[in-house]
Amino acid sequence: MSSYRALPLLLALLASAAAWSIDPFQFDDPAHTERYKTLIEEFRCLQCQNQNLADSDAPLAVDLRREIADMIRSERSDDEIRGFLVQRYGDFILYRPPVQPTTWLLWFGPLMLLLVSSATVFTVVRRRSQLVEAPLTESKHEDTERFHGDQEL
Amino acid sequence: MWRFLLPVMVFLAIAGFLYAGLDLNPQLIPSPLINKPAPDFDLPTVNDPARRISRKQLLGQEYLLNVWASWCVACREEHNVITAIAQSGEIPVYGLNYKDTRKNATRWLAQFGDPYVASAHDLDGRTGIDFGVYGAPETFLVDAAGNIRYKFIGVLTPEVIEDEIWPLVATLRSTPAAKAEKPAADKPRAEKPVVEEQDPAE
Repeated sequence: MSSYRALPLLLALLASAAAWSIDPFQFDDPAHTERYKTLIEEFRCLQCQNQNLADSDAPLAVDLRREIADMIRSERSDDEIRGFLVQRYGDFILYRPPVQPTTWLLWFGPLMLLLVSSATVFTVVRRRSQLVEAPLTESKHEDTERFHGDQEL
Repeated sequence: MWRFLLPVMVFLAIAGFLYAGLDLNPQLIPSPLINKPAPDFDLPTVNDPARRISRKQLLGQEYLLNVWASWCVACREEHNVITAIAQSGEIPVYGLNYKDTRKNATRWLAQFGDPYVASAHDLDGRTGIDFGVYGAPETFLVDAAGNIRYKFIGVLTPEVIEDEIWPLVATLRSTPAAKAEKPAADKPRAEKPVVEEQDPAE
């Protein structure tokens, strides 16, 4: 029973945690807030290129967050928002570049490298194991027999 | 033979990529707007808020659009070069005053001189975003049909102007096809109603 009484207090604590995060862009609809948070994670800030829009305090990042917030409020789809930014800043703004001929090397290069190197390792290892299992030559055979013979004596 | 050549070739390929990467500047992001229509804008000018400047007004001539701001230190460095272009009379230079207060912008122009035919005042940076601006200074070359033909990011130098901008301007002016591109597409739509309206009047 006492645990139930603690519930409102717990909820109040959770709510205050949400209130701590400071962002000037507020939404009435919690679904909008979720979309906003997901979207600003996936775009690159062009002024400080190793940060995404969510992490950056650069003026351009603030402006782009404002644009994204405005588009979310006017119910534009995620694809439309992505399109808006790519049209202006190019694929560079996407942290996850689209799969297209110019990015094939980027997307599939590591996989190719893995395939080629594992194929190399496989053939090398197999060749070595075959080398060990290879039948002994005549002279070596004699050597072994002599060795065994010596032992018997 | 291949056992030795292949690793060497792989090494050379990777070394080649890395060597080429040394000269690349990650700050220079190619604009997707090249050879596309310049974004629409309609903004008040810096010097006179009552006057406006728009993409439509500037159609019919090649021009440079230089993105500048009073807070932009590199723009100060570029100012002499922009002034030289403007004084050469070869091409009109317009300014896009990016995320700046009018007070600071006019003071900057008064202090260093105003080389621009006019500067559009983009206070909230929305036109800048439409142009894909991510850091001033940036310079766009727009053709007579209103298409962006070239973008330079950073401080313009006399070399860039000689080697890249002037040849491009000359090509644009000598090829009427480039000029006709957009108006040709608009003409059938624009002319028809005019003709229809005139006929009954005559």
